[in-house]
Amino acid sequence: MTKNSIHNLEAIVQQVRRDILRMVHACQSGHPGGSLGCAELLVGLYFELMQRNEHFDVNGEGEDLFFLSNGHISPVFYSVLARAGYFPISELATFRKLSSRLQGHPTTHEGLPGIRVASGSLGQGLSVAIGAAQAKRLNKDNHLVYVLMGDGELQEGQVWEAAMYASHNKMDNLIAIVDYNGAQIDGATNDVLSLGDLPHKWMAFGWKVVEVRRGNDVGSVIAGLRRAQSMTAEKAPIMVLLHTEMGNGVDFMMGSHKWHGVAPNDAQLESALRQNAETLGDY
Amino acid sequence: MKKYTYSESKDTRSGFGAGLLEAARQNKNVVALCADLVGSLKMNDFIKAYPDRFFQIGIAEANMMGIAAGLTIGGKIPFTGTFANFSTGRVYDQIRQSIVYSDKNVKIAASHAGLTLGEDGATHQILEDIGLMKMLPGMTVINPCDYNQTKAATIAVAKHQGPVYLRFGRPIVPVFTAEDQEFVIGKAVLLNSGVDVTIIATGHLVWEAIRAGEELEKLGIDAEIINIHTIKPLDKEAVLASIEKTGCVVTAEEHNRIGGLGDSIAQLLTKQMPVPQEYVAVDDSFGESGTPRELMDKYGLNADAIVASVLRVLKRKQLK
Repeated sequence: MTKNSIHNLEAIVQQVRRDILRMVHACQSGHPGGSLGCAELLVGLYFELMQRNEHFDVNGEGEDLFFLSNGHISPVFYSVLARAGYFPISELATFRKLSSRLQGHPTTHEGLPGIRVASGSLGQGLSVAIGAAQAKRLNKDNHLVYVLMGDGELQEGQVWEAAMYASHNKMDNLIAIVDYNGAQIDGATNDVLSLGDLPHKWMAFGWKVVEVRRGNDVGSVIAGLRRAQSMTAEKAPIMVLLHTEMGNGVDFMMGSHKWHGVAPNDAQLESALRQNAETLGDY
Repeated sequence: MKKYTYSESKDTRSGFGAGLLEAARQNKNVVALCADLVGSLKMNDFIKAYPDRFFQIGIAEANMMGIAAGLTIGGKIPFTGTFANFSTGRVYDQIRQSIVYSDKNVKIAASHAGLTLGEDGATHQILEDIGLMKMLPGMTVINPCDYNQTKAATIAVAKHQGPVYLRFGRPIVPVFTAEDQEFVIGKAVLLNSGVDVTIIATGHLVWEAIRAGEELEKLGIDAEIINIHTIKPLDKEAVLASIEKTGCVVTAEEHNRIGGLGDSIAQLLTKQMPVPQEYVAVDDSFGESGTPRELMDKYGLNADAIVASVLRVLKRKQLK
């Protein structure tokens, strides 16, 4: 039995999808595709799986930490942080606008609660998460560190430096997640630069691998992540390969890489919102 | 000319090693990372004393910068260690995004900076690192001149909140500053008061500037000599006060003429006090293999070059 019923989490996911669509539409820029595809994961983490302190502190001692390495899916991150109470929901209206704390890509620079490191230039988040996990070890803080990367992001070499380091140092308080949607800006990952046999690649690097086939089903996401949690403290880092669909939840965005970084127009927004009814109240 | 003497010569990187050990003794949050160059960075004493606070990263500098950024989340004060070339150009974007833009309290300890790395040649001799680092908003850039000052600087940067680039080197150079000196980040050190010309030097060129001052005295020229160990933030007041008195300046550094200390001084003077300036620096080129001494002589980074530049700048001052 979960803290929140699956039904409640699904309602949050639906509102997060609305937030994403409205934010990206309002500034006519941003990345809806990957954001929509990771709604179940971030809602599951922040509303069910992570142990979080009530008040935000960058150091995050005594709580689980989450790092978003693929910073371009900031809309889903901002929506979930606001809905989880880190900052006012009304602030979502400032996304990507001048003088906003909600920059195009997440940053600590404007002091937005919930963000612990800037991301956007890809490939850096896993290293940062490993450092934070090392600090938790030194501080004898028995909480977990989560990090999400895009699958296209795995083309960055630094990821594999970090992968090697994490297994060598038995970073078993670390759960990395890959948004395995098979798409990137220029097309399918298989056409741009093949990722190959990802489960075996990570296993060969000394990681334990959990595959979640239905990454856009809240129940499956939570079950998969709970399985990953049960495998911590066993002398190896954990990789969750989360199969998702870019643009999930909006019929005309699904099954294509074309909505990676394109905003819907007025008519498209109306259609997309009709498919995702308001549940918790729009910002 | 004030008399400067020394009883021993040491490498500045050993000053870093001693300073790191002392900083770690003072604060349990000080930790260190190294990318497979423990001996070169003189980290062995630290590792022996605090094995749990050392992280061997392997030959993976980008990962090292990211892990250092992460360690600050949890209150650690990480010092990264590798050659200056691999501490800057190789990992510029990691430093920019994960450390400086993210306001992380990381200390980038960069050894073997400049030509004096020597025989390994230009692949390892970075002459652009000061420029790269000082362009990052919020970065502090420090280049101490001898063993004692590097040790004091290391202890000081551990107490400073914010990202720091700490640059030092490999060659054995005279230890002429005080062992118990107070190191104040951003504060220039006046080495000699004079009225004819201001010589502003950093790092290994500070000792050369003192030697140049002695030569100039024989020629009847009274040089003011300033050690700028902190290139950013620059001690503008000290620089302007000196140049208001002397009316001309020679800058000296083991770095490319473009983007280094000389450019920082020129930018300040252009706006506030335009005077003739000469650069002692590498003239927009890469280095090459050779002994440190041979290289410094060939590329014009020594006391003779400073004297020649002073004579040139004095001529320009007279014409003015």
